Amino acid sequence: MRRIDAGPWQAWRGPIILIVSVFVVWQGLYLLAGEMAMRSPMQTFSYLGKLLAGDRIWPHIHETAKASALAVVFSVVLGLAIGLALGFRKLAGEVFEPMLVAAYSIPKLTLYPILLLSFGLGMSAKVAFGALHGIIPIALFTINAVRNIRPILIKTGRVLGYSPWEMGWRILIPAALPEIFTGIRIGFSLTLIGTLLGEMFASQRGLGNQLMKAIGLHDVDLIVAIAFLLTSVAALGSGILLAIDRRFQTRMQTQPGHSPNSF
Amino acid sequence: MSRLSRYRLLAIIVAVAIVEAMCRIGWIDRFTMQPPLQIAIDLWKLLVSGKHLDAIGKTMGNAAIGFVLAVSAGVVVAVAVHRRRLLRETLEPLFATYYAIPVLAFYPLLIILFGVGDAPKITIAFMLGVIAVIVNLLNGLDRVPPVLIKTARVVGMGPTQIVWRVTLPFSAPYLLTGVKFALAYSLIGIIGSEFIMSTDGMGFEISFAYNNFDNATMYPLIVLILLISISLNFALGTIEKQILQRRGLR
Repeated sequence: MRRIDAGPWQAWRGPIILIVSVFVVWQGLYLLAGEMAMRSPMQTFSYLGKLLAGDRIWPHIHETAKASALAVVFSVVLGLAIGLALGFRKLAGEVFEPMLVAAYSIPKLTLYPILLLSFGLGMSAKVAFGALHGIIPIALFTINAVRNIRPILIKTGRVLGYSPWEMGWRILIPAALPEIFTGIRIGFSLTLIGTLLGEMFASQRGLGNQLMKAIGLHDVDLIVAIAFLLTSVAALGSGILLAIDRRFQTRMQTQPGHSPNSF
Repeated sequence: MSRLSRYRLLAIIVAVAIVEAMCRIGWIDRFTMQPPLQIAIDLWKLLVSGKHLDAIGKTMGNAAIGFVLAVSAGVVVAVAVHRRRLLRETLEPLFATYYAIPVLAFYPLLIILFGVGDAPKITIAFMLGVIAVIVNLLNGLDRVPPVLIKTARVVGMGPTQIVWRVTLPFSAPYLLTGVKFALAYSLIGIIGSEFIMSTDGMGFEISFAYNNFDNATMYPLIVLILLISISLNFALGTIEKQILQRRGLR
């Protein structure tokens, strides 16, 4: 029995219920924890409004945005390069893939002192820290994507007499793109987190650093406002990427799941 | 040892040797990094002296609690949510965007709620780990062939029995993937919290050593964490492989 498609409501029902429940739970937590530890959604909005209207927070937002953007670029470029290199070379792929999986599972947060010592306090350390989180998942998904390209597609390309360039542009990239994009989506989220963690521990500017300062000063207003700001931006970005990802997946009729990681 | 493992070992040895050489030549100075051999010696000394065993025990104990809570709650939630359409539709976007949320940013609020101690750290570890278990187990439960459930019904199993004896065993490999992530995340949660604000644990010791330029303590502790997480992960991977082999899937 199939339900009749109820239009946009059907697609938006889940997210809307989710957002409403988040605010209900938030308000509940505020009532439970009290003024000492929490702020209500309304208080946070008005504080955030004032914060964004002033010019105190903008340099930090700018700094974080710049660091995250750079880190995402590094993650994608290096992740794709490693993934393509290992995906097309069978032996190298078999040797290094389990090592990448192992590296993916280590708590990279513990490496921050090493990065600080190598890059110094500042922009390069946080970008490196962000990229460190994003490169491996993108590389792993790319390796899998390249391996999963159906041989018949490559044969067809040969029959049509494609040059290596045409082969890449017309066959390999379109065939591998959906799965690579899933990797990029996950890498994007992890890079944002990594950059933020880098800012918390390894920086003197940016939202992560402001968060650490607010923790030190016990400034609950600022803690909740920054946590809310970061969470909503990250959720929005990752939601948009997820929507694009779903479109790719349905168009290619592939099922995600044979990937190294399925969230 | 297979040919591939030998290549892997070779790659690791070459990489470590290069770093060792760079440290010895002086391209990497001593304040940035100790030579790997020195780190190994320092790690040995540190373990033998027993100076940091309390911190190590604390961190691992907390991570274990967070891990067990995340896995057990994850299994319960996944099984409960699996067949409920509306609930799943509601939670699906949360699961999909969850790892973009900076969970550690909530640590200060948890400290205010629970006080400085183990509870806020374990909560962070739990929050990071539980979603990985839910998502991967749901993925496994979705793949249970309907014929298995039908057969179980014909044999006269109740819903609880079906979960225990059919669907959970079938989804075991997927659950294990989630369990592996929960393991990494519970370590990240505990150590990250210890970095931010704590009075004990390995994360605290590492940042203390960092602030005091004490590389002889910092590097061994970092390497120890990496070794522990890689070997635990490897152990779970071996179990996973055995299950898949028994099913003839690999």
